[in-house]
Amino acid sequence: MKRYLVLEDGTVYKGEAFGADCQTTGEVVFTTGMTGYQEAVTDQSFANQILVFTNPLIGNYGVNLDDYESLQPNCRGVVCREVARVSDSWRKQDTFDNFLKQMNIPGIKGIDTRALTKKLRVHGTMKGSLIDPVDDLKHAFDQLHATVISDRVVAQVSTKRPYPNPGSKRNIVLVDFGAKHSILRELAKRDCNTIVVPYNTTAEQILALKPDGVMLSNGPGDPKSVPSAIEMVKEIEKHLPLFGICLGHQIFALANGADTYKMKFGHRGFNHPVREIATGRINFTSQNHGYAVKPESVDTNELIITHREINDNTVEGLRHKRYPAFTVQFHPDAAPGPHDADDLFDDFMHMIDHRKEGKSNA
Amino acid sequence: MPKRTDIHKIMVIGSGPIIIGQAAEFDYSGTQACMALREEGYEVVLVNSNPATIMTDTKIADKVYIEPLTTESVSRILRQEYPDALLPTLGGQIGLNLAIALAKTGILDELHIELLGTKLEAIDQAEDREKFKELMQDLNEPIPASKTVNTVEEALEFADEIGYPVIVRPAFTMGGTGGGMCDNKQQLQEICANGLDLSPATQCLIEKSIKGYKEVEYEVMRDSANNAMVVCSMENFDPVGIHTGDSIVLAPTQTLTDREYQMLRDCALKLIRALKIEGGCNVQLALDPNSYEYNVIEVNPRVSRSSALASKATGYPIAKMAAKIAVGLTLDEIINPVTGTTYAEFEPALDYVVAKIPRWPFDKFPRADRRLGTQMKATGEVMAIGRNAEEAIQKAVRSLEIDEKDLISQEARDASDDEVEDKLFHVQDDRIFYIAEAFRRGFTLEEVNELTKINVYFLDIIKHIVELEAELAHNVGDIEILKTAKYYGYSDHTIGKLWDMDEDEVRSLRHENKILPVYKMVDTCAAEFESHTPYFYSSYDEENESIKSDKPSVLVIGSGPIRIGQGVEFDYATVHSVKAIQKAGYEAIVMNSNPETVSTDFSISDKLYFEPLTLEDVLNVIELEQPFGVIVQFGGQTAINLAAGLEAHGVKVLGTTVEDLDRAEDRELFDQVINNLGLKQPIGKTATTQEQVMECAHEIGYPVLVRPSYVLGGRAMEIVNNDAELEEYLSHNAKAEIDHPILVDAYLEGYECEVDAICDGKDVLLPGIMEHIEHAGVHSGDSMAVYPPQSFSKDVKDQIVEATKKLAVALKCIGIMNIQFIIHKGEAYVLEVNPRASRTVPFLSKITGIEMTQVATQVILGKSLKELGFESGLYQESKQVHVKAPVFSFSKLADVDSFLGPEMKSTGEVMGSDFTFEKALYKAFAGANMLLPECGRVLFTIEDKDKNVVLPLAERFAKIGYRIFATKGTAEFLRQNGLHATKVSKIGEEDSNNPAIIKLLMNNEVDLVINTMSHDQEMSSDGFVIRQTAIEHNIALLTSLNTADALLRALENRSFATESL
Repeated sequence: MKRYLVLEDGTVYKGEAFGADCQTTGEVVFTTGMTGYQEAVTDQSFANQILVFTNPLIGNYGVNLDDYESLQPNCRGVVCREVARVSDSWRKQDTFDNFLKQMNIPGIKGIDTRALTKKLRVHGTMKGSLIDPVDDLKHAFDQLHATVISDRVVAQVSTKRPYPNPGSKRNIVLVDFGAKHSILRELAKRDCNTIVVPYNTTAEQILALKPDGVMLSNGPGDPKSVPSAIEMVKEIEKHLPLFGICLGHQIFALANGADTYKMKFGHRGFNHPVREIATGRINFTSQNHGYAVKPESVDTNELIITHREINDNTVEGLRHKRYPAFTVQFHPDAAPGPHDADDLFDDFMHMIDHRKEGKSNA
Repeated sequence: MPKRTDIHKIMVIGSGPIIIGQAAEFDYSGTQACMALREEGYEVVLVNSNPATIMTDTKIADKVYIEPLTTESVSRILRQEYPDALLPTLGGQIGLNLAIALAKTGILDELHIELLGTKLEAIDQAEDREKFKELMQDLNEPIPASKTVNTVEEALEFADEIGYPVIVRPAFTMGGTGGGMCDNKQQLQEICANGLDLSPATQCLIEKSIKGYKEVEYEVMRDSANNAMVVCSMENFDPVGIHTGDSIVLAPTQTLTDREYQMLRDCALKLIRALKIEGGCNVQLALDPNSYEYNVIEVNPRVSRSSALASKATGYPIAKMAAKIAVGLTLDEIINPVTGTTYAEFEPALDYVVAKIPRWPFDKFPRADRRLGTQMKATGEVMAIGRNAEEAIQKAVRSLEIDEKDLISQEARDASDDEVEDKLFHVQDDRIFYIAEAFRRGFTLEEVNELTKINVYFLDIIKHIVELEAELAHNVGDIEILKTAKYYGYSDHTIGKLWDMDEDEVRSLRHENKILPVYKMVDTCAAEFESHTPYFYSSYDEENESIKSDKPSVLVIGSGPIRIGQGVEFDYATVHSVKAIQKAGYEAIVMNSNPETVSTDFSISDKLYFEPLTLEDVLNVIELEQPFGVIVQFGGQTAINLAAGLEAHGVKVLGTTVEDLDRAEDRELFDQVINNLGLKQPIGKTATTQEQVMECAHEIGYPVLVRPSYVLGGRAMEIVNNDAELEEYLSHNAKAEIDHPILVDAYLEGYECEVDAICDGKDVLLPGIMEHIEHAGVHSGDSMAVYPPQSFSKDVKDQIVEATKKLAVALKCIGIMNIQFIIHKGEAYVLEVNPRASRTVPFLSKITGIEMTQVATQVILGKSLKELGFESGLYQESKQVHVKAPVFSFSKLADVDSFLGPEMKSTGEVMGSDFTFEKALYKAFAGANMLLPECGRVLFTIEDKDKNVVLPLAERFAKIGYRIFATKGTAEFLRQNGLHATKVSKIGEEDSNNPAIIKLLMNNEVDLVINTMSHDQEMSSDGFVIRQTAIEHNIALLTSLNTADALLRALENRSFATESL
């Protein structure tokens, strides 16, 4: 079955349909990761986006239950060069094609994804639709142009109700802006007793849970679209150790007076080298973001820039000068991607413990 | 950290001659390293014994020493040069071992020479089995459980503990003789008992078998600031059990989930950090296909074959970065040379798939043991890049330049079902063809997986190719299917075969329907950043990225995979040709399929197309690039074979025309030329039937030389002495006879020599004559050779020069050619002409100082020799004497007869230079690892007819203090002539009075074996068994009395005379 990918600049790519049998519109973005297609598709940060894999061979090892990053992904569509006819892995429970069908995500294959990636690199991310073949594309383009893709998707992907992820050590509140399961896995690995709360939970509500620390999760879209969270952070950081990832990092920056901007085509992949300025240590990081913190907007009386991407100098990490709070733009929780920076979770634990000790000594 | 300023002069050690397991990849890494160090402003001193390489070019380092890689010789250079530092991690295992040996002698401390890159302790930790095991335990990283045992009971107990299957490795036996895989108690009992018996230490290592695990490699880098990264991951198509050098490999990994990939990546980075490696490192891991269990197989603390492959697969120049790291630079301050916009601290992202297939020498050694296992047997490899795995694999298969041009093998088609199953289970080099055949016969993925243990995803790639084959066959002329087939890598040739069409018809059909390839860039970043790498591969995708420049260009065809007869020398010539083309103001475009070489370094040429070297693929590039012309003289037989096809498609072949190339290669046309010029050549005849071959032999008279026409490196060429031998030859080579005529030549006794000549159509320059040390009968590639000639009179030389001039002009050679002569009774006979650069070009270029390829390229591009400042005739001879010695890889190839004959067998060469012939000989022998003690023991096992020739040799050995052993007849003969010769008993005739010959060899009781027992071609024959045993026990072996004479000259020159008064 044929399927078309149309872009807002008027380009049409003709390919084969796979995955769900439906049409879709979203922001077209590419990721350069060579493994982890299942984690990528289920990453809520791809909500409202059509995901292009630059790796031409997708689906080789199928999908499995362990590697979900969310159970109801909101990725709008998938664009591939090739999808494996047969997949093989001891953990495989389904094929990629079937999985997309179940998740109601349409896909298109047989596309020159390299040419598409170059276009996105040059022109920046743009809107696109996956549609059934039609002779008259004018209508499709009209529709595409008329569609407004909301950047306010946090509400859509965040949990509606708090839920626990029990453990026996530190009490953590994770504010869910579209949290990947990998964050929960990292916390669970450290035996944290975690409560996941909706994105719009207030500082009072969080404080009432009396946690030892608060985590701000990753999530899709524009950080400015969640003003309530910005307000929450302004208050929370005064009281509790805080650790933010990705969208959480941007919200933390906004809460402390910095500004954010939309990047041309974002960082999506996991070979982004990030330097920790204090030590010079460089980690390869997993990234998925279309917005970033404006470096010149950072109030150096309040915040320290702790990490930078070595190639384009993007602000990759911030730390508060007065409060025990730090955030990173990348995913130390990986999945998919390298584990180089997973000790940041340990740092967070130490920060909590240190504060506890400080308190008990006081 | 900025680069170090406390060091100025750095010595780089190369890897010596090419042998199996250590090939052109170290020329590539060494060259890159030297260039990188000079780029940073250091003075570079290079030592390597291999003259055939780019790295030993005077332009690559400030000082180049082509000297034996022994502690003695390198120490001498160290004392002369006083370098501040030594970089040992880029010259393969040889370079590394030599550095360790040098450090042990204390000379590095004495001269305050620092070892750069990885520290010695780290090297030791990675290389020493026990220390490595300890380190892995400390790091909590799993390695296959193993235990050293001295009894069968211990072995059984341990096997019960770890579970079957287990591998038995007897200690101190060569090449693991006597070991094996045991699936159960009974087998272990048997094999272990046998292994203990064979082991001189009565000791075996029992190791848990991880056969069937996925084999995964990571190429990792680390700098002094502890930054570490993965350049490339690779996954073997063949699971654990086959040496990675003999495995088909795909990059990046294809069947690993992110969790598995990251788990292994973590392990690789942990290891490189623990070993504190500064530079590149290769980590081999085995992953259980059914759990998260993995094992560390091996760590190579240096650049390797895999790192060359990884460099070409990603575009990321590992060796260059490793050299920069060695002088203190860190990854985050070196600019990524591929993008030019990002830093070297960057893990490449690929948006294509790479397939590597090894190139094995079994076409040359039809009797060799073709089974694959833990001993690597391939001489080279090919790589292909595609946008899908089917495409990459099909491109790689046709890059191999073997009989099969695709996965349709007639041999496999003719096999019975049982044979097919057997071939799937018992792995040989040709397994992939049988996998395809199995699917053709309806085997299921599960059945093939059961037999091969190859991942089903991988198997389906082959199955898909086979399905497309059937679709093609059932839909002749269908354009949609044609499109699909091209997208999945089918060649016009194969489609033509299935459609009963000419390759050209398919091509036209494609053109009519605009089914044309596009070229994609290799940029390390999957198009995320703008790059300007001039490195491309074809695919039938949509957007073309390779834009033809306005500058006129010349295309140089490379020489494909390294194989016996076509080695790194041709890559040397390719690279030099590129340089000359650039100097002449053209854009130089290179096409090649070999990932190991310098020519496929994208920084060498203006544009690199990593493509198969078939007519179709070359024409496709030509259609896009529209070069001014194509140069085929430097890519060995690979490129020459393409010339006619290119011309037929209207491509301008530069230099000698195709018609004239043909005159040199076609026997009858060539005979006419010889006759017209009044030159001499041995009588030769051509026969197309078995009977005719016999007739020809009788007419010419025995001994005769027989061979199939159009071959390279003397494949299937033999000297036969009588009807029986001829019949035997014909029965083995019947296949060659049907396709091509067989040539029968008179075999003349005499000295052979060869010249390379450069001709502009009028003048002919002979840079030098190389005299062969072995008499005619030994392939020129296997002969030792000396420049200048030591035994030719002026008259002989004049004859050679005159004949060369006449031939070059008559054959209208424009560019370079090679002529082989035999000097029979004072007269020069022409043996053969190769209208292309030969393997002696780098050797002669280096010793005469004439950059022959560059001169020839300039001539090809229209300059005259006069304009370039050269006179016609023989160039003045140098004062130094230079000897070339061949190097063999027999110890890696079971069942290959090491007796030298007209069929080439060597894999590499070394050069020895000095002011006397004897000293040069000595160095050549030393370089070839034939260092003999001053007083030693020599064993003669010779043909009866050679006895008289042997006597003076034996006398000379006795005189320099050698004890002589010989078989009964020879010993008695020597004794009659007054020599003390110890009798040894022959195989099968052992008696208690005399030592048995095999035992003598097995106990290393002799240092040298001289064996001329050639005419017993069966593997069970005494001659064969003796040679094989000598090789297994690493005993120097000579099969030509001429070589023995040369060796004696070298030894005599070093020893004192012992004459009584």
